[in-house]
Amino acid sequence: MKRYLRQQYMPHIWCPGCGNGIVLGALLRAISRLGWDQDRIAVVSGIGCSSRATGYLDFDTLHTTHGRALAFATGLKLARPELKVIVVGGDGDLAAIGGNHLIHAARRNIDITTICVNNRIYGMTSGQASPLTPKGRLATTAPYGNVDRPFDLCQLVQAAGATYVARSTTYHVRQLCNLIAEALENRGFSFVEAVAQCPVYYGRRNRLGTAVDMLKYYRDHAVTVRAAQSMQPEQLADKIIIGRLHHVVEPDYESEYARVMEEARRRADR
Amino acid sequence: MKGRVEIRIAGEGGQGVILAGIILAEAAAVWQGLNATQSQSYGPESRGGASRAEVIIDEEEIDYPRVRQPHVLLALSQEALDKYLPDVRDGGVVIVDQDRVVPPACPRRRLIEAPITRLAREKLGRAIVANMVALGVLARVSGVVTLEALRSAVAHRAPSGTEEVNLRALELGYHAPVREVSD
Amino acid sequence: MSERGEIRLVQGNEACAEAALAAGVRFFAGYPITPSSEIAEIMAVRLPQLGGKFIQMEDEIASMAATIGASLAGVKAMTATSGPGFSLKQENIGYAALAEIPCVVVNVQRIGPSTGMPTSPSQGDVMQSRWGTHGDHPVVVFCPWSVREVYDLTVHSVNVAERLRMPVILLMDEVVAHMREKIEIPPQVETVDRPRPSGDRQDYLPYDDSSDVPPMAAFGDGYRFHVTGLYHGPSGFPTTDPEVADRLIRRLCGKVQRRRQQLALTSAHLVDDAEVLVVAYGAAARSALRAVREARSEGVRAGLLKISTIWPFPQEVLLSLAARVRRVVVVEMNLGQLVLEVERVLKGRAPVQHVGRVDGELVTPEEIRAALEGV
Repeated sequence: MKRYLRQQYMPHIWCPGCGNGIVLGALLRAISRLGWDQDRIAVVSGIGCSSRATGYLDFDTLHTTHGRALAFATGLKLARPELKVIVVGGDGDLAAIGGNHLIHAARRNIDITTICVNNRIYGMTSGQASPLTPKGRLATTAPYGNVDRPFDLCQLVQAAGATYVARSTTYHVRQLCNLIAEALENRGFSFVEAVAQCPVYYGRRNRLGTAVDMLKYYRDHAVTVRAAQSMQPEQLADKIIIGRLHHVVEPDYESEYARVMEEARRRADR
Repeated sequence: MKGRVEIRIAGEGGQGVILAGIILAEAAAVWQGLNATQSQSYGPESRGGASRAEVIIDEEEIDYPRVRQPHVLLALSQEALDKYLPDVRDGGVVIVDQDRVVPPACPRRRLIEAPITRLAREKLGRAIVANMVALGVLARVSGVVTLEALRSAVAHRAPSGTEEVNLRALELGYHAPVREVSD
Repeated sequence: MSERGEIRLVQGNEACAEAALAAGVRFFAGYPITPSSEIAEIMAVRLPQLGGKFIQMEDEIASMAATIGASLAGVKAMTATSGPGFSLKQENIGYAALAEIPCVVVNVQRIGPSTGMPTSPSQGDVMQSRWGTHGDHPVVVFCPWSVREVYDLTVHSVNVAERLRMPVILLMDEVVAHMREKIEIPPQVETVDRPRPSGDRQDYLPYDDSSDVPPMAAFGDGYRFHVTGLYHGPSGFPTTDPEVADRLIRRLCGKVQRRRQQLALTSAHLVDDAEVLVVAYGAAARSALRAVREARSEGVRAGLLKISTIWPFPQEVLLSLAARVRRVVVVEMNLGQLVLEVERVLKGRAPVQHVGRVDGELVTPEEIRAALEGV
């Protein structure tokens, strides 16, 4: 694991108790397990707490503008298809300002694995509401309780065309790692939502206790995909459905574009 | 003609006005060794609406790329004729489709009438090539480009598979019966 | 080059696309917008024939982002747009400037602000092309007045972007973009590739400031480096150290500033005995040249300075020409943008008059002649 870290830039900027390190650890163990060439991996991020991960990773790393990681990653992947491209971002970055790029990357089924660290808040800017802040929860910009309804990001990207979709939490570290490994192996657009605690800006304001209390909450409220199938919507209201939610095999964007190139050459030669 | 020659081709969208402008410019510039600049304007609709192509031909380098006082106006609709006739310079040539246009008085210009669309429809069964018939008329009446240069440009620019009918339309226009109306 | 090129009647947008390909551009990301869409359409046909990649992105912001991403992969990359899209691209243009990612952004100007009149020409984006993104940043902007110059300046834009590791803006206008003219397409053009590192991975500093344009590795080449829009030191890792920050921004702006004279492209017409100097660029300079010629036939000793490098502004050339004339007339299709720069440079040495037009029509020789002959 250490060989994947730029240790000279430690300590990292994340707060004590933050879930980002757990998600990053799961990602690195998944990469290690797959045995990928370290020189052929690019990690791309936007702006936010989780997006600072790129600075600490010893791959080719690209820390872009707010919300645009997937758009940068699309150009990178298309220009150099042999690269394994991974996007790491938060819920505000990927689902709000970057929401359009998220659904279109899924629509194209471009071979990029996206890890969304969902802490339900804008942590970097100290606690504003995100599109994944649940209704009624408090944030600095939702001082009377959030009136917006949150996305179900996994359903969103599945509907948009992602070919691999999964969700887990920072409590279920082993599962999270397994799901990320599956996502990395899927050829096409893969999406893993990692529900993660922000004890400082989300937990404290909403009286959810310490980081450990938040992890226990995930333990107690997580429901497997299989168990969820036999539950009623009202029973699922405060639950987190975890596991592989969707996996289909469909041609990825690069393969399809390779056919375009063949056809273009054939017609040009004629 | 010598020096800078300004040509305006105008009609309705769908009449091939822009393509006629491009072919005229290409004939002059690529196949006759002159300089030419072609520009265009068209309404938002690709069918209907007004459409206008402008071509400037000169032996010298062309500076201002817009037509100010055309030496030649090819008007394929009544609206185009009414709108652009006042711009035509004294001694200029105005070419109209005699079946589509009722020409107003046209003092100090040469008004040329030809059965442009009718020839395309009756001789070739394709009203859509009226633009090439018109170019043929324009070449003969104005002398701004040679028929040979136009032939090369048509062969090069006409949509694939339509070269033959467009070339025939061009010849038809070049040899069309024209009537010079003088007041 | 002894070999003859192909003589063709070419539209400005087509010349831009073909020149980009000749210069080695192999990636284009774009979003449909009038009056630049022909560039994207031609790239969609041509790039896959040449082993390159074209992608229509979901919006203008994404097009700029994908262009930068592709360039980081080591591929020469370009995007094209018009005013509204140029506005949307600004944040990522700033990113490319700070992170030193070569790319070309074509802006075919149409009249604005907002949706304006999408098919009508303008030169209203002169200041936006300089200051559109936030913060102090280097900018190079070229502006062509003919289809021939579109071709040449597109090649040059790609080369300058690569040589200086920065975004270069080709500021066209609708007149030049949609006009067709005869050009000879050269069989090949001179191309420039970005400086590449040659040493070991361990020693590689992506933002090594021992030269003002540090060598640039490509992602996937094994250098494993970090690129960020945060201020950064030579290693590429973010910093908040004021000294490092200051050094970075001064180096970035300096790499253009130091090359101001070699970047300055202008041409002077009929200026030798001129008493009144017209300054113009893009399509308006075509009207200006006509006006100058006509004014001369009426006995007015007028000359034209046609500017092809808008930014950095070619102030040395202007100063030397303006020293010989009684007055200066700036012609542009806006209410006064580059004229501010002319006034700044001349500092009252000669009276400056502005001829502007903002109705979506190309400024006419008559309007300019009125300014030349009227006083």
